[in-house]
Amino acid sequence: MTTTASTASSAEVADLPLLLESPGRRMWRRFCKNPVGVTASIVIGLFFAVALVTGICSLLGVYFPYNPNTTELTQKLMPPSAAHWLGTDNLGRDVLSRLLNGSYISLTVGFVAVAVSLFIGVTVGAISGYFGGWIDNIIMRVVDAILCFPSFFLILTAVALLGPNIMNIIVVIGLVSWTGTARLVRAEFLTLRETEYVRAAKALGIRTPGIIFRHILPNAAAPIIVTAVVGIPDAILTEAGLSFLGFGVQPPQATWGNIISDGKTYLLDAWWLIVFPGMAIFIAALAFYLAGDALRQAAESRSERK
Amino acid sequence: MLNFIIRRLAISVVLAFLISLISFFIITLTPGSPYPWGELNPKITPQVKEAFKKKFHLDRPLIEQYWLNMRDLFNGNLKSIKDDRPVLQKIGERLPATISLNVLAAVISLSFGLALGVYAAKHAGKTPDLLTSILAFIFIAMPGFWISYLIVIGLVRFTDVPILGTQSYGVFFPNAASMWLDRFWHIALPAVVLSIGGIAVQSRFIRASMIETLREDYIRTARAKGLEPDTVFFKHALRNSIRPLITGIGGLLPGLIGGSVIIETIFAYPGLGRLGYEAVLERDYPTLVAINFIVAALILIGNLISDVLYAVVDPRVRLE
Repeated sequence: MTTTASTASSAEVADLPLLLESPGRRMWRRFCKNPVGVTASIVIGLFFAVALVTGICSLLGVYFPYNPNTTELTQKLMPPSAAHWLGTDNLGRDVLSRLLNGSYISLTVGFVAVAVSLFIGVTVGAISGYFGGWIDNIIMRVVDAILCFPSFFLILTAVALLGPNIMNIIVVIGLVSWTGTARLVRAEFLTLRETEYVRAAKALGIRTPGIIFRHILPNAAAPIIVTAVVGIPDAILTEAGLSFLGFGVQPPQATWGNIISDGKTYLLDAWWLIVFPGMAIFIAALAFYLAGDALRQAAESRSERK
Repeated sequence: MLNFIIRRLAISVVLAFLISLISFFIITLTPGSPYPWGELNPKITPQVKEAFKKKFHLDRPLIEQYWLNMRDLFNGNLKSIKDDRPVLQKIGERLPATISLNVLAAVISLSFGLALGVYAAKHAGKTPDLLTSILAFIFIAMPGFWISYLIVIGLVRFTDVPILGTQSYGVFFPNAASMWLDRFWHIALPAVVLSIGGIAVQSRFIRASMIETLREDYIRTARAKGLEPDTVFFKHALRNSIRPLITGIGGLLPGLIGGSVIIETIFAYPGLGRLGYEAVLERDYPTLVAINFIVAALILIGNLISDVLYAVVDPRVRLE
């Protein structure tokens, strides 16, 4: 890592005193200087806080502003007003309450599905890149084959067959979406295994798992973190699509996708049933994508502009 | 060149085999009953179950099931559970609609993506670059079904553009031109919605490729000998940067076809995606196996073609 720092040093004289800082700290410092990335992180933090608070409150049986599942037929399809900020749906349920109540589903699916796909992708990619040869060949052909499938339809098929619930959705998204990570980790390992410090570690007699996890993996951390952050909105959008088609978490539990799905019948009379949940999905996904892109820029060893 | 094509073909055959295994085992290895009906349905006697098992070879060992399934698929004996029609025939009916929709969407994605990417590269590092990059992420982050409905709400309120299906029924068209215009409107909306994500992805690829090319020595040489900056940019750099467009075509396909499940459902467009969704709703196993397999195989062929095209454009690739 010091080599990359010294190539950057000639132009970034101001950074000289910081040359000895760790790559992780440098990435963090550069990320904090990017206004887009910081704004996106704040938005993500807000979503996270909302999901956490409403999640805990619903466990305790406390709901605000209303109970998301209380139907009030006299109040059905009411446009946004002071009483119902985002209007009500066809059963008179408060849309804001349902949006808040559904937020933890999206974020849980996003984070946990990415964790699953990271686990598989990193393991498979590390094995493939470190050992090479026929193992690599077989693994990469399987990855190529999976990449040929239209992933959304594959996920839809598997979720429909397994039965739609949050567990199955997370596992299936994770099982289908690890291929990108595996390719990336493999490429990192192919270059890193030839470095001098890995050869030195081998010469010292450190065992293979030690080399893979303690010496190579930490040096490949930056691109892995970036794919993870970008994987979260992919999973959120996939979950929303499944919910929309009726194969997400099942009613009466509200999810951002199924509010739109329920609302589509009243498309021309009740725009608020479409606009607000979609906005929630859109803003959450956008925040993750922008944060991921800012992280990628911060991780690059030299700026693109040169 | 021939050598390259043969090698790619050999790899594709291996991939096709893996694809067929995956699409088959998704169905068979999924826990739960393979029957398209509930366990407690009183109309389903053990005889009916036996007949169903026999029909789909579920009484055989797994390897044999796979073989029989693939054989049935290829000689057209694999039949839909729902209406007992050959699955290949059902897919064949939907294929033209899906292909025309996806080709149109790909054309839109590539052309607008190219324009946006070149524009961003031209202003690399400045405000327009930042704005186009944020715009690209906005495009990727918008759920397709949401944007479809927003467009539908807007169009129905303010215009009388036809929306659902492939053509308007019960409408008299005075001439062929107006009929084709009507068809065009039907395909245009879903194609635009489908291409939104592709535009964003392509623009990022093109931008990255342009910026890389602009760092090349021959660009510096061209500038040094005093050529107009625009000539260098649009002639020397652009021509050498559009190669990713070719790989882009291959890369677009899975996303397009996957996305068209939702978009075709919304616009009641009779393509493969909607057939797939109907099959999922009806738990129509044979159709699901066949669609997953055929779409993946189509994508494989698309990738093969784009690889070969790439090798035609860039001879260095052949040596790999």
